[in-house]
Amino acid sequence: MPVFFWTDILIYLLLLLGIGFGLYARRQEHLRSPWRQVLGSRVAMSSLVVLIVYVTIGLLDSLHFRPKLEHGNAEQHANQVLSVFDVLVTPIRTRTEKTYSAPFAAHLFAKETIELPDGRQVRLYPRLVYGGAHLENPTMDKWADILRRTALATAQGLGLWILLCGLFALFWSRNAGLPVSKAVRVLARGDTDARWRAALVTGGVLCVLGWVSAELGTAYHILGTDKVGEDVFYQSLKSVRTGLVIGTLTTLVMLPFAILLGIMAGYFRGWIDDVIQYIYTTLNSIPGVLLIAAAVLMLQVYLDNHAAEFTSIEERADLRLLFLCLILGVTSWTGLCRYLRGESLKLREIDYIQSARALGVGHFTIIARHILPNVMHIVLITVVLDFSGLVLAEAVLSYVQIGVDPTMNSWGNMINSARLEMAREPAVWWSLFAAFVFMFTLVLAANLFSDTVRDAFDPRLRHR
Amino acid sequence: MIGYIIRRITYAIPILIGVNLLTFILFFVVNTPDNIARSQLGDKRVTDEAIQSWKQAHGYDKPLLLNTQATGAKKLTHTVFFDKSVRLFAFDFGRSDSGRDIGHDISQRMWPSLAIAVPTLLIGLLVNITFALTIALFRATYFDLWAVVLCVVLLSVSTLFYIIGGQFLLSKMFHLVPISGYDTGFDAAKFLVLPVIIGVIGGIGGGTRWYRTIFLEEISKDYVRTARAKGVSEVRVLFRHVLKNALIPILTGVVVILPLLFMGSLITESFFGIPGLGSYTIDGIQRQDFAIVRSMVFLGSVLYILGLLLTDISYTVVDPRVRLS
Repeated sequence: MPVFFWTDILIYLLLLLGIGFGLYARRQEHLRSPWRQVLGSRVAMSSLVVLIVYVTIGLLDSLHFRPKLEHGNAEQHANQVLSVFDVLVTPIRTRTEKTYSAPFAAHLFAKETIELPDGRQVRLYPRLVYGGAHLENPTMDKWADILRRTALATAQGLGLWILLCGLFALFWSRNAGLPVSKAVRVLARGDTDARWRAALVTGGVLCVLGWVSAELGTAYHILGTDKVGEDVFYQSLKSVRTGLVIGTLTTLVMLPFAILLGIMAGYFRGWIDDVIQYIYTTLNSIPGVLLIAAAVLMLQVYLDNHAAEFTSIEERADLRLLFLCLILGVTSWTGLCRYLRGESLKLREIDYIQSARALGVGHFTIIARHILPNVMHIVLITVVLDFSGLVLAEAVLSYVQIGVDPTMNSWGNMINSARLEMAREPAVWWSLFAAFVFMFTLVLAANLFSDTVRDAFDPRLRHR
Repeated sequence: MIGYIIRRITYAIPILIGVNLLTFILFFVVNTPDNIARSQLGDKRVTDEAIQSWKQAHGYDKPLLLNTQATGAKKLTHTVFFDKSVRLFAFDFGRSDSGRDIGHDISQRMWPSLAIAVPTLLIGLLVNITFALTIALFRATYFDLWAVVLCVVLLSVSTLFYIIGGQFLLSKMFHLVPISGYDTGFDAAKFLVLPVIIGVIGGIGGGTRWYRTIFLEEISKDYVRTARAKGVSEVRVLFRHVLKNALIPILTGVVVILPLLFMGSLITESFFGIPGLGSYTIDGIQRQDFAIVRSMVFLGSVLYILGLLLTDISYTVVDPRVRLS
């Protein structure tokens, strides 16, 4: 039985909007040429591939359903909500240990008292239930086994990649009108307008990495397990969705306000301008963290008082996530609003808008036809630049306990728990490490990509 | 000039009223004074009389926003909101809900905050400007390219990692400085080293990249070309001409955050256990002490507005072409 969370619906709405904008942009030359410039950058292409992988994980993780229960004839559904992604990664989701274990470990991290068959008690590191359970003698065979599996998986991953490259070359050669052999040579030289070679190489690296971690993940906990024995690799993958939701939905929430109010303030001026300026200066002068804290506390009280209305923990956590996006949107729209106001102030004095007004064109039409398309590049640049900042903000907010729900998988929550783990002796470093790797990759890719987008779309920087 | 400043300050009043109203509503939608009284008195089963007397003692015994029983202007003035807000405008913060003098707390806790914020800002500025100038000297080379890439990499690491990583490396592994805590007088120095270092490192990526853009913008201007055409050496061009002119946007950018240095950093202070205003605010939030949060929001807003005003004034100081009207 499918379950629709609010954030799921919004994220797919956003995807549709994105596709719609893409189709629209294809037909507009002034929008196509900056995108061509973006695709012509090797860094941007590589980052784009990384982002696409993240987005795919996020999208798969946003299709939720309640699995049917096996027993009984009656239509019964489990209380637990799973996503399509959960099903794909069932092996690492379900194989939980007792408590902490290091990456690739075959033994628990802490000593336990175990009673031997003859009644004696010894303190030792017990074997893991799943991690390296297929090994007879882990201390001897483990690394050889890991090496063997890695080599095998690398070969398979490379094979898959070569297959995909071949398919792409076939497709591309038909589009470019070249014979396949020549197309392959051109692609291999990287001599194309859009930097396909960079994208393919990045894709290859990710393909091999993915295959290797999938192969090793079925036999070991490649990033260890956390306090309750859950696989950290699984947690990190699940956190992808949280990060993406915060980074994208927040902008979706703030855009209508920022665009409408910003353009209105700049276009109409007078008292409308005064009121809108007052609103955003007021909001801006409240320290953001405090506003978010107050709002999240408010929500927490609401959730506690209406606990009965939610059928599952996931639903509650989802509402909190959505609310966090809303409130982050409220605190972050002011910057864009101010830019748009300034730009509209300039645009309204330009001749073609003056003449449109002289011809008696209505305010609404002028805004929709003449002003909006001319400020869209600012909107796009802001959206792309804000994304990485929001992903980073999530971690900080979760640390101050005003972020996403503590039961939700997020990098912020992982880092938060890592604080205490790092103080242990010896330190439990893998949660922090996993959160770092996944978050850093996403934020770095987003930053590199957004820099290229900014350079391509900002008219002041263009053609330098 | 004086007239301009006075006008700006008058503009600030409605904004501050708005800020107050917003925080007030946000907090009292959640927490009715009865709730606050209950949580402060500690026990679940406190009597109604106890709640009433607590509310009376802390000034929560009037209607919140609108007094329907009063007449005329008193409808608005005989309320909790009016009582609590008016005093803020005279910077009388009153007492926190747990009974401490907020004004006194703020004057005490502002020093540790400043002790971290000021060195971080100064050292950060120095380091970032040095790096950015070096990169500008080698512009359009591979050094430039990789330096910018490095900046983006540094920028993509969450502050939390810098803090946790720094604490782990310097304090836990090498035992160079204490992990967290604070002390009075000069003993505080050893507690300040780590937060300041981490603050500087955390700011390098963003700062250097931004200053590099400013330098490059300045380098492409006509007066620089003229200077070069006269035969001035590259280093001299950079230091005498570019640096001097680029300092205008850099310093005016710094002025806006100067007043906010008092507020301290929420994250750094709570990680390092420094008794500054940042951790004070976090404590206030977590204890749901409305009086503290409201005072800090008010203070933050005043300082933010002050920062904007100072920025405008500093423009006229450094650039005589700018006139305020």
